[in-house]
Amino acid sequence: MSGLASFLGDYTIQNVVMGATLLGIVSGVLGSFAVLRQQSLLGDTLAHAALPGVCLGFIIAGARQIESILAGAFVTAVLAALVMLALTRHSRLKTDAGLGIALSVFFAIGVVLLTYIQGTGNASQGGLDAFLFGQAAAILRSDLVIMGGITCLSLGLVAAFWKEFKLVTFDPVFAATQGLPVALLETVLTVIVAFAVVIGLQMVGVVLMAAMVIAPAVAARQWCRRLEHMVVLAATFGVVSGLAGALISAAGRGLSTGPLVILAATGLVIVSILFAPQRGVIWEEIKRSRDRRQLGDNQVLTTLRGLARQHDDPAYPVEQGMLDTYHGLGTQRALQRLQRQGLVHPVRHMPDEGPHWELTASGHAAARQVLADLDAGGR
Amino acid sequence: MLGALLNNIPLMIMATGALVGSAASLVGVFLVLRKNSMLSDAISHSIVFGIVIVWLLTRQQSGPVQIIGAALTGLLTVYLTELLVKSGKVKDDAAIGLVFPALFSIGVLLLNLYARSVHIDAHTVLLGEIGFVWLNTISIAGYDVPQALVWMSVVTLVNGIFVIVFFKDLKLATFDPALSTALGFAPTLLSYGLLALTSMTAVAAFDAVGAILFIAFVIVPPSAAYLLTDRLAHMLVIGVLISIASSVLGYYAAVALDVSIGGMMAVMTGGFLAAAFLFGPRYGLLAQSWRRMGQRYVNESRTLAVHLYNHEDTPESREETVVDALRHHLGWHDRKADQVVQRSLRLGLVVRDGIDLHLTAKGRRVALELLEPWRTA
Repeated sequence: MSGLASFLGDYTIQNVVMGATLLGIVSGVLGSFAVLRQQSLLGDTLAHAALPGVCLGFIIAGARQIESILAGAFVTAVLAALVMLALTRHSRLKTDAGLGIALSVFFAIGVVLLTYIQGTGNASQGGLDAFLFGQAAAILRSDLVIMGGITCLSLGLVAAFWKEFKLVTFDPVFAATQGLPVALLETVLTVIVAFAVVIGLQMVGVVLMAAMVIAPAVAARQWCRRLEHMVVLAATFGVVSGLAGALISAAGRGLSTGPLVILAATGLVIVSILFAPQRGVIWEEIKRSRDRRQLGDNQVLTTLRGLARQHDDPAYPVEQGMLDTYHGLGTQRALQRLQRQGLVHPVRHMPDEGPHWELTASGHAAARQVLADLDAGGR
Repeated sequence: MLGALLNNIPLMIMATGALVGSAASLVGVFLVLRKNSMLSDAISHSIVFGIVIVWLLTRQQSGPVQIIGAALTGLLTVYLTELLVKSGKVKDDAAIGLVFPALFSIGVLLLNLYARSVHIDAHTVLLGEIGFVWLNTISIAGYDVPQALVWMSVVTLVNGIFVIVFFKDLKLATFDPALSTALGFAPTLLSYGLLALTSMTAVAAFDAVGAILFIAFVIVPPSAAYLLTDRLAHMLVIGVLISIASSVLGYYAAVALDVSIGGMMAVMTGGFLAAAFLFGPRYGLLAQSWRRMGQRYVNESRTLAVHLYNHEDTPESREETVVDALRHHLGWHDRKADQVVQRSLRLGLVVRDGIDLHLTAKGRRVALELLEPWRTA
C-alpha cells in the first residue's frame, strides 16, 4: 500500500496520470464525432501530418520548447485537414485518397525536416523521437498546463456548439434546411480533431493517434444510443486506457507508452463489442438462439392445433414421430418446454405406440394467438 | 559494364526508389479506384507486426520468408477489418483504424521487449534507409547486387505480370464488381490477391522507405495520374512514370539539401500531385475555372442576344437597345455590360450603330436557338 502511495506520489507519475486523463477526455469526446461522421481515419491523417509541425516548431524555437512545437503541430495538422477537404471538394479524388495523400505527403515533409534537424546536429533534438511513439515519462508540469488549456478550449467549443454539431453529425441535410452553415460546421468538426492530436503527441505519438481517436468512441458506441451518453462514456474509456497504458509504461521495463495505451483501448473495444447489452455479439447470439427456440415452439404448437381442427377434436392426440416428420427434426425438447408452460400434455393413445401429445385449453389459446399475430403481421 | 553500373551508388539508390514507386503504383492504381487506398495505410503499418514475428521465429530480416510472412500479415489485417465490419458494430473506416494500430502496437512492444539490438528499430520502421541500400548486397552471377534492388525487382516484376495477366478481370472487378461476379469471375479472390501483392510490396520496400513513406508511393502517383487521364492503361503508365521521376528528382533534391532521400522522393510525388491538381488539362483547378469562365462568357453573350431579340422592332426598342439599358434591365454594372458588348461584337453577334445595338443574322440565330429550339433543331 505504501508502495502504491509512493508510486502515485512520484512527480513523473503524477504528470503521466494527468496527461493521460486529459488525452482520454479530449480524444473520447472529439473522437465520438469523428467516428459517427465516418471520418475515423481523419485522426490518423492529422496525427501523421503533425510531424512536420513538430519539426518546424523545433526549428523556429531552436530547442524542444513545447509551446512552439504544439503550435506547429496544430498548424500543420489543420493545414493537412484543409488540403484533404480541398482535394475531395475540388477534384474527382475520393475521401480515402484525400486522407492518404495528406497523410503521406505531410509525413514525408516531416521526415525531411527531421533529417534536416539531425543534420544540423542540434544537441537537444533527442526529445523529438518521443513524438513518434510517445514517451509519457517525458511530460513536464508546464506541458500539462498547456494541454489543460487545449482541453478546456476544445470542450468549451463542443459545449457551445453542441446542438449544431449534433445536427450536422446526424442529419447534415436537415441542418442545411434549418439555415445552419453546414460546410463551416463540418470544417470545424474536422479541424477540431487536431486538438486531440496535439495533446496526444507526447502520450501516444503521431503514429498511433488514429486508434486513440477511434477506439474509445467505438467502444462507447456499443453501450449507448444517445450522443450525450456516448461522449461521456468515450471520455471515460479514453481516460481508463490512457491511465492503464501510461502507468504500465511508467512502471519501467522500457515499454513505449503509445502501444500500451492503444492496446488497452483495443481491449476495451473487444470487450464492448462482445459483451455490451443489446448490441454486443454475445448478447445478440443469445437473443438469436432464444428466438430460434421460440419459433420452433410456435411451429409445434400451431401444427398441433391444425391437426386438432382437421380432426374436429380439440383433444386430438398427435404422435410425436409424426411431429418429427412434419418439422424434419426432433421435437422432443420443444414439446417438453411447451409441457412446462402447460400448453400441451402427453397422453397414451395405444399402449403399443410411441408418446402422443394433445393441446391443453391454454395451448389452444396460445396457438390461436400465434396464428392471429402472424396474420396481423402479414397484413 | 554491369559491375560499373552496380557500383554507381546514386544510380542504385534511384533505381531502388523507382522500383519501389513502380511496384507500389501498379497496385495503388486499383486501390485508389476502388476507394480502398487507406488499406495501404493499414497494411503498411501492420506488416511491422509480421516482420517482428518472422524475425523472432527465424532471425531473418529480409528475403522470401519475410515477404511471405508480411503478405500473410497484410491479409490478416484485411480479414480482421472485414470481420469487424461484418459484425455490424463498426463502420469500415473505423474498423481499419482499429485493426492496424493494434497490430502495430504489438509489433512495437515486441521490439521493445526482445529486439533491442536489432536494427529494425523505430526509426527504420518510419523512415527506411534508402541511402544505405547498397551496403546490404547479395552475390548474383559474380556481381554484388544490393538486396533491396533484387527484391524490389522481383516484386515489381510480379506486380507487373499480375496486372498484365489479369488486366481485364481487374478492370471489370474495379469498375463493375456486380457484373464481374455475375459473369463468373472472382472479384473477391482478385482483391485478396491485390492486397497480398500490396503487402509483399510493402515489406520489400520496407528497408528502403519504411512503413509510412510507402503509403505515399501507393496512393499519391496513382491519384495524380487519376487527375490526368480517364483510361486505366494510361493511368498505370502515368503512375509509374511519376514514381520514376519522383525518385530521380527526390534523390538530387535530398543530396543537395542533405536530408532523407526516401522522404524527399515521397515529397516529390506530392509535388506532382499538386501540379496535376492545379494544372491538369481536364480536371485541374485552373482548367475547371477556365472552362467555367468560358461558359459564363457564352451565357452572357446569349443573354444579350435574347434581350435584343425580344425588343427588336418593338416601340420601346429605342431605349432597350442602348448599352445603358443593360444596366437597368439585366442588372449588369457598367464595366460588365461593356465587356459583354465587346465580346459579343467580336463574336459577330451584334453590331453597334451609334449608341444603339443591333443583332446580326448570327446573333438572331443564337437568340432563336434559345427561344425556339424546336425550329432550329
